[in-house]
Amino acid sequence: MTPVGDPSGRRKRLGGSVGERAMLLALAAAAIISILVTVGIVVVLVGEGATFFTEVPLKEFFTGTEWFPVEGKYGVLPLLNASIVIALIAAVVAVPLGLGSAIYLSEYAPERLRRVVKPVLEVLAGMPTIVLGFFALDAVTPALQTVIPGLGLYNALAAGIVVGLLITPLISSLSEDSMRAVPNAMREGAFGLGATRRVVSLKVVVPAALSGIVASIVLALSRAIGETMAVTLAAGTVPNLSWNPLEGMQTITAYIVQVSKGEASRGSLQYESIFAVGLLLFVVTLAINIIAVRIVRKYRTVYQ
Amino acid sequence: MTTNVEPDTTADDAPIEIQLSAGAATPTHAVAAGQGAAAGPAQPELGPPIFQLRDLGVWYGKNEAVRGVSMDIPKNAITAIIGPSGCGKSTTLRCLNRMNDLVPGARVNGEILFGGEDLLSSDVDPVDLRGRIGMVFQKPSPFPKSIKDNIEFGMKVNGIKPTAERVEQALVDAALWDEVKDRLKDEAFSLSGGQQQRLCIARAIAVEPEVILMDEPCSALDPIATLAIEDLMKNIAERFTLVVVTHNMQQAARISDQVAFMTVEGKAEGERCGVLAEVGTAREIFSAPKDPRTEAYITGRVG
Repeated sequence: MTPVGDPSGRRKRLGGSVGERAMLLALAAAAIISILVTVGIVVVLVGEGATFFTEVPLKEFFTGTEWFPVEGKYGVLPLLNASIVIALIAAVVAVPLGLGSAIYLSEYAPERLRRVVKPVLEVLAGMPTIVLGFFALDAVTPALQTVIPGLGLYNALAAGIVVGLLITPLISSLSEDSMRAVPNAMREGAFGLGATRRVVSLKVVVPAALSGIVASIVLALSRAIGETMAVTLAAGTVPNLSWNPLEGMQTITAYIVQVSKGEASRGSLQYESIFAVGLLLFVVTLAINIIAVRIVRKYRTVYQ
Repeated sequence: MTTNVEPDTTADDAPIEIQLSAGAATPTHAVAAGQGAAAGPAQPELGPPIFQLRDLGVWYGKNEAVRGVSMDIPKNAITAIIGPSGCGKSTTLRCLNRMNDLVPGARVNGEILFGGEDLLSSDVDPVDLRGRIGMVFQKPSPFPKSIKDNIEFGMKVNGIKPTAERVEQALVDAALWDEVKDRLKDEAFSLSGGQQQRLCIARAIAVEPEVILMDEPCSALDPIATLAIEDLMKNIAERFTLVVVTHNMQQAARISDQVAFMTVEGKAEGERCGVLAEVGTAREIFSAPKDPRTEAYITGRVG
């Protein structure tokens, strides 16, 4: 656009400098606002959480095995344990499904099928989680009850399964992206040595894409731990320190829902407690995300 | 490697294109042989054929990529396939180990006799075939594993026990051993481009194939790395049959025993399709080409 060879500079540039500045300011404002909001949330969490911890010692919070706010028992282990149990069940469901479909889509499926299936999977990722919650209550739990007699309406297993379904597309989509980023030359190199498609997929492509695959699983776990509506509906609202997935249990997120819905009056210790567990949840998912980023950075192979 | 053709029919008066089958009724040879007069020099240096291509054609979907290629590829020699871009050199090469099977919509017709057996037949398992006919590609494509694991990969896939001696031998053959012997556990990506390509050649050698196909193996490399690879190609040609696609005529002249020149032919609908213009010894092609298109190409007037 610069009028080279036109020393008089008569030609006017498209868009004045005012327009450029306005655009810059608008974009910078958007970036700053989103950062400020995040910082604000952290400040509120830490501030309110601090008030809580002046009344409940950290040691009691992290080592207490009972969460019973009415009696002033604030041991977070039952809530944290429930979140972890459900996330692990979700991982058991989602990792094989997600990786399997990623390998299929990337290495086996014809291009036309892939172009249809991948968007469908991604739509599944956008499913409102409350819908998955009543799908758990209405379909998954009854189905499980036919296999496992005596299974209660609220149980961690059904919750974990639907959360697993929820995060499967995340794993498959991100893993598939990273497998397709493996250069075709590498596949051809392996085929040219007499490798079967199975060997090429599992011994060449998956190891080459491993950083992306592991990161997708870690991010999916973070999503599973933070997941709220499906587990609130499906796993129940009774804090229960147990590794038994057939029992009902209350996750951190489900507890926050319960209290915010008006169970406790503002300013009460119980109300403050949601900021404490919210802060814990934030720290856990933040840590997981940092791990994911580290994994990608450390093991990423850059292909020309 | 048995052949179904008498190896000594290379009559003194037979041109290279129809060597080994000069007396036999093989009308499909017309594409190549029809160009030349029947007074070519004798070719004692070319051995019996390991591949016999008969009217080979390749379609990608509705596009005809290569048509009517007929030629013999001698055993334990270096055959170079040269020609302008888009003439189907690589496509033809990729037929020889059925790599085109992996391309959706690709169809191959005609016949490729490999040791007397049609390797395009559906009875032939392309995976087994690729263990006997290895391939090195244009871009070095080491696996994200150690140097040693890269060599052992193909051995394991083909049921060869990966001993330290075999790994060493493959790296020696590929003229890479001295540079990597102290760092076999290092990542293959830590090697330079030329070293990576020699690793890929070592990887192919380690499988102990009968043939190694090379698709422009030096086009991504600098001149020094290219010379290193050309030297090693000449050294291993006694044990392996090499078929090399190259766009570099000097390279073809330096390394090859036989040269096939492919070119592009226009078709009625304005589509273009690769054909074999001429095949002969390197000396014939570069000093006395019979086809005017070959001459135009090697003298730099076309392409």
